[in-house]
Amino acid sequence: MKILVCISNVPDTTTKITFTDNNTQFNTAGVQFILNPYDEIALSRAVELAEGGKGTVTVINVGEVSTEPTIRKALAVGADEAVRINAKPHDAYFVAYQIAEYAKDKAFDMILTGRESIDYNGAKVAGMIGELLDIPSVSIIKKLDVDGTTATVDREIESGKEVITIPFPFVAGTAEGVAEWKIPNMRGIMSARTKPLTVVEPKEVKTLSEILSFETPAPRGQVKLVPADDAAKLIDLLHNEARVF
Amino acid sequence: MSVLIYAENADGKFKKSIFEAVSYAKAIAAQNNTTLVALSIGNVAAAELSALGKYGAEKVLNVSNDKLKSFVNQAYASVIAEAAKKEGSTIVVLSNSFSGKGLAPRIAVKLGAGLSDGAVSLPDAGARFTVKKSVFSGKAFAVVELTSENKVVSLTPNSYKLVETGGNATVEDFTSDLKDSDFKTIIKDIVKATDKVSLPDAELVVSAGRGLKGPENWGMIEELANLLGAATACSKPVSDAGWRPHSEHVGQTGIAISPNLYIAIGISGAIQHLAGVSSSKVIVVINKDPEAPFFKVADYGIVGDAFEVVPKLIEAVKQLKAS
Repeated sequence: MKILVCISNVPDTTTKITFTDNNTQFNTAGVQFILNPYDEIALSRAVELAEGGKGTVTVINVGEVSTEPTIRKALAVGADEAVRINAKPHDAYFVAYQIAEYAKDKAFDMILTGRESIDYNGAKVAGMIGELLDIPSVSIIKKLDVDGTTATVDREIESGKEVITIPFPFVAGTAEGVAEWKIPNMRGIMSARTKPLTVVEPKEVKTLSEILSFETPAPRGQVKLVPADDAAKLIDLLHNEARVF
Repeated sequence: MSVLIYAENADGKFKKSIFEAVSYAKAIAAQNNTTLVALSIGNVAAAELSALGKYGAEKVLNVSNDKLKSFVNQAYASVIAEAAKKEGSTIVVLSNSFSGKGLAPRIAVKLGAGLSDGAVSLPDAGARFTVKKSVFSGKAFAVVELTSENKVVSLTPNSYKLVETGGNATVEDFTSDLKDSDFKTIIKDIVKATDKVSLPDAELVVSAGRGLKGPENWGMIEELANLLGAATACSKPVSDAGWRPHSEHVGQTGIAISPNLYIAIGISGAIQHLAGVSSSKVIVVINKDPEAPFFKVADYGIVGDAFEVVPKLIEAVKQLKAS
């Protein structure tokens, strides 16, 4: 079983988001970058499925050389090898195209992504890779089991979940529930230094979208405090002033 | 040209979020001086289909093929893209639902279209097609320009108002050639959460955190939510501890929601949690710590013990409903 896990390098979850150049660029000064938490869940499940010689796990990242610490982290978690497409990711289509071009002749049985990245929150890459490779894609799965060459997944839906079977090869975006986050041990960290990391130059791709600018949410007004012993007043305010019910 | 809206049904009915997306697509069609065509796939009654006209669809294409009775991501994407081509629709709109998230990227690739996912407002009516979306898990917005000829836009639920234009839609059957290779996935089972309000669709949400001390204390949270017709949610430590299911976890690594009302009980308001709920219209915070960071982004607050405050709220809601 050959598994490809797509990883992205994102600002740490505690990052205060600010912008520079007249709100056109994300301000990376002082920002700690991490392995996207949803991708890390995908990776954790991939490593579990491949354990005991049952398969190999390749991680792929579209990023500049600055993402290599995050790629090494993924190797420390348990991936066997890594690929970096040497480009600044322009948009989801750019990323999906590069990954599909890399994967198309490598016979991966399963391509996993996180459900979305926590920076641009697009949830687009999995579906785009699926379409580019003409294989099934499932967005947002909460469980992933494999039996032979078929996987069974729980797909999240508004009213609960769908249990779906899906033959190899396929693409899926994973969320919490698929696995627990793995913390790399010392052996993993040491071995990550010597695992292969291949750098591949990007293919040319048509630009379909551009981020023109960023905005931060308008600040809310001062909080209106209601005394704890007059909690009923809150219900009155929500009903008559805020009119939310 | 025209604008195509994919009207997803849930058990044969259109949800409010779909009518929002139809209203939104109608406004985009108006910006472009063109018509709005809706596409429905699956078993939907004629009366329900024509209801799409009320929100602006001039024509409804109805696909009622037996093979498409339940959702198949690849096959649905093929049908929607084919309809867009046949109708000459250069703009395709979907709701950014769980199914919409699966479909939109595939449709965009099929049409060579740029995709603006999770739009929160109408595109700019100027010469450039720009759409605003939430980024950094709710900590900011980005204005994205789609530079391609064809465009796909998915709308975040509860971010655009319903607009009734009162028209009637004509309903036409639409058939398309289905490829066997689009039917590789098979739905074995659908497990519905029991009679609860679905969190991603909810207009009102009651959420609780570690301040509740243990899963046995969620009775009053559920009671308050039931009385309000609200969905229940929780913070990450609570779902990590197994007190509540992961599907209730809202925040940066859970789900992002934008209800009309978010009541946070015993949640301090870590930046990761705020990221997932900051686009709620009204935020209420109940916490015994007056320094809890959540109060800084709240509209209403009570500094007090949840175990004393929540029963009073329940009582007050009961009285309001009785009056």
